[in-house]
Amino acid sequence: MRSPLSKTVVQIQPSGIRKFFDIVSEMKDAISLGVGEPDFDTPWHVREEGIYSLEKGKTFYTSNAGLKELKIEICNYLKRRFDLDYHYENETIVTVGGSEAIDIGLRAMLDPGDEVLIPQPCYVSYHPCTILAGGVPVVIELKEENDFKLTRQQLLDAITEKTKVLILPYPNNPTGAIMTYDDLKEIADVIVEKDLYVISDEIYSELTYGQKHVSIASFPGLKERTIVINGFSKSYAMTGWRLGYAVGPAEIIKQMVKIHQFAIMCAPTNSQYAGIEALRNGDADVEMMRDAYDQRRKYLLHAFRNMGLDCFEPYGAFYVFPSIKKFGMTSDEFATKLLKEEKVAVVPGTAFGDCGEGFLRISYAYSIENLKVAIERMQKFVEKHKIR
Amino acid sequence: MREKILEIIDKNSKISAADLAIILGTTEEEVVAAIKDMEEDAIICGYPTLINWDKVHCEKVTALIEVKVTPQRGIGFDKIAERIYRFDEVQSVYLMSGGFDLTVIITGRTMKEVATFVSEKLAPMEAVLSTATHFVLKKYKEHGLPLVHKSQDERMLISP
Repeated sequence: MRSPLSKTVVQIQPSGIRKFFDIVSEMKDAISLGVGEPDFDTPWHVREEGIYSLEKGKTFYTSNAGLKELKIEICNYLKRRFDLDYHYENETIVTVGGSEAIDIGLRAMLDPGDEVLIPQPCYVSYHPCTILAGGVPVVIELKEENDFKLTRQQLLDAITEKTKVLILPYPNNPTGAIMTYDDLKEIADVIVEKDLYVISDEIYSELTYGQKHVSIASFPGLKERTIVINGFSKSYAMTGWRLGYAVGPAEIIKQMVKIHQFAIMCAPTNSQYAGIEALRNGDADVEMMRDAYDQRRKYLLHAFRNMGLDCFEPYGAFYVFPSIKKFGMTSDEFATKLLKEEKVAVVPGTAFGDCGEGFLRISYAYSIENLKVAIERMQKFVEKHKIR
Repeated sequence: MREKILEIIDKNSKISAADLAIILGTTEEEVVAAIKDMEEDAIICGYPTLINWDKVHCEKVTALIEVKVTPQRGIGFDKIAERIYRFDEVQSVYLMSGGFDLTVIITGRTMKEVATFVSEKLAPMEAVLSTATHFVLKKYKEHGLPLVHKSQDERMLISP
């Protein structure tokens, strides 16, 4: 009998997170600092709007690219928050979470053999989605000494004749790194000169601390060659609603809508109605959550420094990425031991790329009370395993 | 910094000054001093606990009383409000706009106790023109917090 499976799919490694998830699930009363989603509930006025849309019988498909009102609100929002100018009609698509936008963005732009630059450590889907789209992933290993930012030199070194797309995942999951205006300026002209396209995953754009997020698409000449991906999951605590969007040049969005219409039809209708409410009346909620995350971020950093866990200061998302190199263990060993001995679940840095070795991703999407208990346990663990 | 401190302790008065200092990026001494100042200025007036008395086997009755009064020359409503809030049974007193003047919230052990207070203490006051007493049947939410079990964390333990 022939193999029923595609060789392309089989060669893709399952997510390293999955493996760890299975171990954690078997542990009773483990405290987790391992989640990649907000601990807040979706603001009630947004949920209420979703319920109301159901009551009104909004249970049909929407047009493929999304509700017109939602697309208009998305464009207003991007203008208001990040000074980005997009037209709702042909430069905007509503997707099933930011993750669908990553997938169809890559598929719309890649031909077999095209290289995609992926700065790691990063979110787990860019690499497999590139392969599924027929592209060739080329990893750029980000360095702690650069605060996990992509430098001009690293970018130049990675570019070949086949390079077509650069993934720009900032604010970054798992490192919490951001790229400021000055950092982006360093690489903007390289992108134009080398005729690259950018997929800028800005899903954490509302969660930056002490400075406002800047989009690469706001630089001259970059709007024409950038797909900006964003969504509702992180900023409005709406992960389960599966609602995201992409904006970019009409030419690319048109092809993305084509893939989307065949594969997905449209994003969930009720989620789209809730999304309109979130963008119209949700600014205060976002600010409240950002303030809370910032307090926890400071709390966690302070605790790590006190217990002697080296950690660069992250200014974005809701993760810290401490180094555990001085413990003489791999990330996997450290995380597994921490789970077994102290019942605290964290994610090994290697789940986000090989260069995550020597680091842990620790999420602060938890209340201070929860963090406190976890920190006490970690402190005990660090004391015990410190190499003297 | 004062407003930030107030916002946080409004929801959690148990937080320590040391923790406040960390999350606000300042020193413990400064937090302690700011809180002391605000206590002295009666900006912070107390640190009560939010209790759902329905769950304790001890009877308590709460009533909201609409009170119409005659304001007095020169001192308006303040004097009469003070005469009312000085009673220990009285939990809250608010001056209102609209159809009546003062909202008085009182608690007692029994309905009779509340009724006695209204008929013997409150209603006979010279300035009080009329009262309308509404008994509370069930409390759902107080001080911005629902009086129910905290919901469990339903998130997957590990996610990308």
